[in-house]
Amino acid sequence: MIFLKTISTKRIGLFFSALLFALVLACQSQKTSDPNPVPPDPGGGIDYQTTPVTLREPANFPTKLYDLTTNPLTVEGVSLGKTLFYDPMLSRDTSLSCGFCHQQFAGFGHSDHPLSHGIDNKFGTRNVPGLQNLAWDREFFWDGGVTSLDELPISPIQNAVEMDLKFSEALNRVQKNPKYPPLFKAAFGSDTVTTARFLKAISQFLLTLVSADSRYDKYVRKESGGTLTTDELAGLALFQQKCATCHATDLFTDKSYRNNGLPVSGINDQGRYTITLNEADRLKFRVPSLRNVEKTFPYMHDGRFSSLDQVVEHYRTGVTDSPTLDPALKTNGKLGIALTDTEKTQIIAFLLTLTDNTFMTNRAFSAN
Amino acid sequence: MKTTTAAGLLAILAIGGLVLACDSNDTNPLTTSSGKLRIAFDNVVSTSDLKLGTGSYQNSSGETFTVTKFNYFISNIRLRKQDGSDYVVPQDSSYFLIQEDKPASQTITLNNLPAGNYTGLTFTVGVDSLRSLADITKRTGVLDPALNDGMYWEWNSGYIFLKLEGTSPVAPALQNNAFFYHVGGFGGGYDGKKTINNLRTITIPFSSSVAAVQAGAVPSIQLKTDVMKIFDGPTKLSIAQYSSVMFDPYSTNISNNYAQMFSLVGVQANQ
Repeated sequence: MIFLKTISTKRIGLFFSALLFALVLACQSQKTSDPNPVPPDPGGGIDYQTTPVTLREPANFPTKLYDLTTNPLTVEGVSLGKTLFYDPMLSRDTSLSCGFCHQQFAGFGHSDHPLSHGIDNKFGTRNVPGLQNLAWDREFFWDGGVTSLDELPISPIQNAVEMDLKFSEALNRVQKNPKYPPLFKAAFGSDTVTTARFLKAISQFLLTLVSADSRYDKYVRKESGGTLTTDELAGLALFQQKCATCHATDLFTDKSYRNNGLPVSGINDQGRYTITLNEADRLKFRVPSLRNVEKTFPYMHDGRFSSLDQVVEHYRTGVTDSPTLDPALKTNGKLGIALTDTEKTQIIAFLLTLTDNTFMTNRAFSAN
Repeated sequence: MKTTTAAGLLAILAIGGLVLACDSNDTNPLTTSSGKLRIAFDNVVSTSDLKLGTGSYQNSSGETFTVTKFNYFISNIRLRKQDGSDYVVPQDSSYFLIQEDKPASQTITLNNLPAGNYTGLTFTVGVDSLRSLADITKRTGVLDPALNDGMYWEWNSGYIFLKLEGTSPVAPALQNNAFFYHVGGFGGGYDGKKTINNLRTITIPFSSSVAAVQAGAVPSIQLKTDVMKIFDGPTKLSIAQYSSVMFDPYSTNISNNYAQMFSLVGVQANQ
């Protein structure tokens, strides 16, 4: 052991460090693997290069909910998603695309259509919701029945009164159309059209639809162009006092489901109850965002009101009582929200400041 | 020179250490004893074989009926070993859709099972909540919500666990005498919001039989799935009274019925 004296302690230390490191490396491959692992994507080992896209997260918004690590946005993925969104091939008779009912100039809602209007001039039972700021949502549709953005398009594509196309046929058409395989390859490294790739591409495009440049946004973020008039400011104060319980945060919805006292129509839509089968959820519908509300008429889940005046008037004088009526609409035994004529005008003036023309004219979101 | 010797010795020690350290982790799947097991589902109606579209049967309410579609999910399979422990089939390999119109779907094969004697089987009818809410990339094959022959509610995110459709003279003429039972509901959503839960766990002991899993022999568990139990379980399901049950509180009665529809026919040593 004499020779050990000639080796410095430092050197021994180095040796042991190296030894430990080697141990770690040597043992790495020894992990017991799942005997039936999920097969890797059939990418064929082809190199592909995507360009990452950063999702815009406006300073006045709460924390987003979509997990981007499950679907990182790329220029190629967003572009593929947009192509699919505007492709009428996804309807049975190739007459309408997603963009048919989700029109950009109408805040991605269906302008002037109380009820969704689909294939063969058929009508649905609800008003088309506008598409915006979807990374901040975790439940979709008026009743919250869809719980993942990545699954949402299956419903309108297959719905008999919307696009009425079997999803397998949608994938088949996309796979066979020469324009798509290269787009899938660019986005996902493989030209095979799978359910997951198809849906995630559409999600990528939808996620980029961020609306946050209304005059109100500029006002709260203290940016240029953010000037509100006296009436609008008075409307904002009233809104915060009388409406923000439900239309909360700068997304203008608390994403809850509420019965806002609309008389039950002939459609007899039971809303959230059809999803939860919970009696307490009868006649409840999701609180919609008010962003771009000026352009998303008609209003309410069944589009029964065509003007903001009618909407505010409903809350002032039209609320009907029922066991599931929202408590916020029945205080001290009085139905509805007390508003003077002036206050009503001021609130509507404020609502018009939520119009985001930048969003509704952005060429990046347009068909071409 | 002395330094070199020392370094050499240390290197030898290091290599020896590596070999020893890794020895216990060395599980080479090629040398580990493993085998396969098959589970075969034979869909019947009481004592008759199930014949889609042509067979005519009668439930205990005296209603005659014909079955036109019969599908169900089997998942989360666990096998009981003779020593009382359980082997849990890895999640990703544990979802199957049995379809009467696809004979190949009625026999499922479990691969890479540890060799040994198995004495019983536990599985779920349906798709558990975790997988129901998993990312779309984790739901391929029979779990692909858009391609699994309509075993998914796209308007109310969730799998249809069991689908039984048919015709009966007592079903309303206005729906072409057809009846529909689509049962699902995983108790779920997130954030603690609970809906109906129609997941049912089935345990089938192999009685006095043993399935001996080993290299070179594939034992087969023969099960019978009796459609009649869907009508004649704890709740007597009348087609006249309930000709169409889908996402509805009453569906829980149907899942309680179908929880009793599986029984063991036998175990074959090598199939």
